[in-house]
Amino acid sequence: MSEYQNIFTQVQVEGPAEWGMDNDLASERIVTPGFSRLVGWVGNAQLGPIYLGWTGMISLATGALAIFIIGLNMLAQVGWSIPEFLRQGFWLALEPPSPEYGLTIPPLNDGGWYIIASLFLLVAVCTWWLRTYLLAEQHKMGKHVAWAFASAIWLFLVLGLFRPILMGSWSEAVPYGIFPHLDWTTAFSIRYGNLYYNPFHCLSIVFLYGSVLLFAMHGATILAVSRFGGDRELEQIVDRGTASERAALFWRWTMGFNATMEGIHRWAWWFAVLTPITGGIGILLTGTVVDNWFIWAQEHHFAPMYDGSYGYEAYGTYEAFIGRE
Amino acid sequence: MFKWFDKWNREHPADIERPAILTGVAGAVVLAVVAVMALGQPYKTDSLQTGPRGNGMSVPEFVSDLAVPDPAIAELFDDPPYVPEEGEELAGDIYQNVQVLGDLTDANFNRLMAAMTRWVAPEQGCAYCHGDGDLETYGEDTLYTKVVSRRMIEMTRNINENWDAHVNANKQVGVTCMTCHRGQNVPSDIWFKMGEVNMAAAGWSAVQNRATPLTSYTSLPTDALEKYLLDGDMIGVHDLESRVAARPGDEGVPTIQDAERTYALMNYVANSLGVNCTFCHNTRAFYDGGQVTPQWATESLGIQMVLELNNDYLVPLAEVLAEDRLGPVAGDAPKVACRTCHKGYQQPLQGTNVIADWPELATSEAPDYGQ
Repeated sequence: MSEYQNIFTQVQVEGPAEWGMDNDLASERIVTPGFSRLVGWVGNAQLGPIYLGWTGMISLATGALAIFIIGLNMLAQVGWSIPEFLRQGFWLALEPPSPEYGLTIPPLNDGGWYIIASLFLLVAVCTWWLRTYLLAEQHKMGKHVAWAFASAIWLFLVLGLFRPILMGSWSEAVPYGIFPHLDWTTAFSIRYGNLYYNPFHCLSIVFLYGSVLLFAMHGATILAVSRFGGDRELEQIVDRGTASERAALFWRWTMGFNATMEGIHRWAWWFAVLTPITGGIGILLTGTVVDNWFIWAQEHHFAPMYDGSYGYEAYGTYEAFIGRE
Repeated sequence: MFKWFDKWNREHPADIERPAILTGVAGAVVLAVVAVMALGQPYKTDSLQTGPRGNGMSVPEFVSDLAVPDPAIAELFDDPPYVPEEGEELAGDIYQNVQVLGDLTDANFNRLMAAMTRWVAPEQGCAYCHGDGDLETYGEDTLYTKVVSRRMIEMTRNINENWDAHVNANKQVGVTCMTCHRGQNVPSDIWFKMGEVNMAAAGWSAVQNRATPLTSYTSLPTDALEKYLLDGDMIGVHDLESRVAARPGDEGVPTIQDAERTYALMNYVANSLGVNCTFCHNTRAFYDGGQVTPQWATESLGIQMVLELNNDYLVPLAEVLAEDRLGPVAGDAPKVACRTCHKGYQQPLQGTNVIADWPELATSEAPDYGQ
């Protein structure tokens, strides 16, 4: 029982390190490969080599710059005190410019560093995307990973670039900080009259929770039939074996319908990709097309009204609640 | 000595751990279930429904917390007034320099003085305001504490007289010195300006993202009380149409940062009263006046009251107060807000009537003893 329900990988095969195809890029791969039993518990035990290329180099350099700018700004905010930095770490942030600066370049200490960090972050993310595209091309793979990553970058760009430009103010961007970005999220929803009445937000939630459900069902199904060779999923798209058939029968008898070895992967990919795509549309429409989603929902007749009184007096007394009657 | 035991074990291998863990887990579950059934659920909650069924409006509390009354209630004391007789001499005629309590008879004047000592300076006694001199010197205004208490008596009367709709919204309770002071020279839960909390930052970057008591330890803006309860800035941030043409940064257009500041104030209010958002709001549409509770209106009046108390009574005292009573950052006078009176309770002192014995504090005119 404990064999296949374990959270850690149960089979670690270790031979000579894999170097990949010995093509003209071999010289660009760095780090001598090694093996780690610990890493093998969650993934492949082999670490390295890694191919950085010019995209990887630029991405790492600009990404590191962005992180340093954010971190050093936080450190400066607490007077360069490391203990205070650690203590307040989750509260600190590099904030976007104040609203009065619009789309102009603000002073460094009021959003200027934020713009610079964002620029580096943008370059880092885009070159990393290019890397996923180019590496897929080199491996003669489809570009599915690159396009899936692009959907996440779409949401990132909407939040930090497209929407602030449409709103005419960098102050609309999201702060770089742990709690502050969560506060931003809440305040954004409240400011624009409750994002839960934004239909694209609804869609994004559907795809997000749908992704979770599909991932759980698929992972469970494959683990459950791996003893019959169910982990050879892609071959079984065209050559069903007993594993595929058992899995299919299980779901068909359970809910009258089943995915296929091909279909489940297409569904999972689209659900994942549509989460940030729809979410990004919802964000982009907020403040640019709709300023109060609750009123918009009332105008479109899907915000129900409740019967009943407001205020506790209609349901009981304070004195009874605190037991002082 | 135990060789026979080791030998026996070797010859009779048995899986002990698995049944032991199973028995242990099962036994613990049975014990826990029996304990909860016999002793009762220790984390039982009760809730006060505050809105229509189906929208989740309620204020939950632990039953164990509800069972314990506000300990400050026990410190209240009865001290009924002496009904004045015809032609009785008044304090204003008897003593020197009686500016606000001159209408009181000698007995009631001394009764109130004694009570104020218990409410505000139980340890220092009369000397806290009147100094160590003889009774003859009690008319002097040499100590700042006396000048401040005179103003505070006026403030208390103003609250009772003109803010009836907030203070007595549910029933007659009134306020006295005790409502805030609770036996301390300076009431707990007063507040000062915090100024810029972040170094090397300006604008909005400088006034947020620190864990402070006034922001309920969130990273929300730290100047919420100052802006809304001193400067009287606009609290609402919503557009009342589904689409309006406005740009952040334009005059009067609330930004996401403003929404965060309002959120900071709302957190403060909710924590001060020991309630949640749904005590006043239907959270699906915070702004909608058609979906708020009567408590929302009471609270709005409370904000107006606090604005008046801070601006008309407390801020001007900065000139009078001793240096060590002023704010550490801006050197400003101590100010009040919801928590100064409420101290975490929906109604201060859980709705105990504190004014009944003190008609002297209920009005700025001659006290009404119900004659």
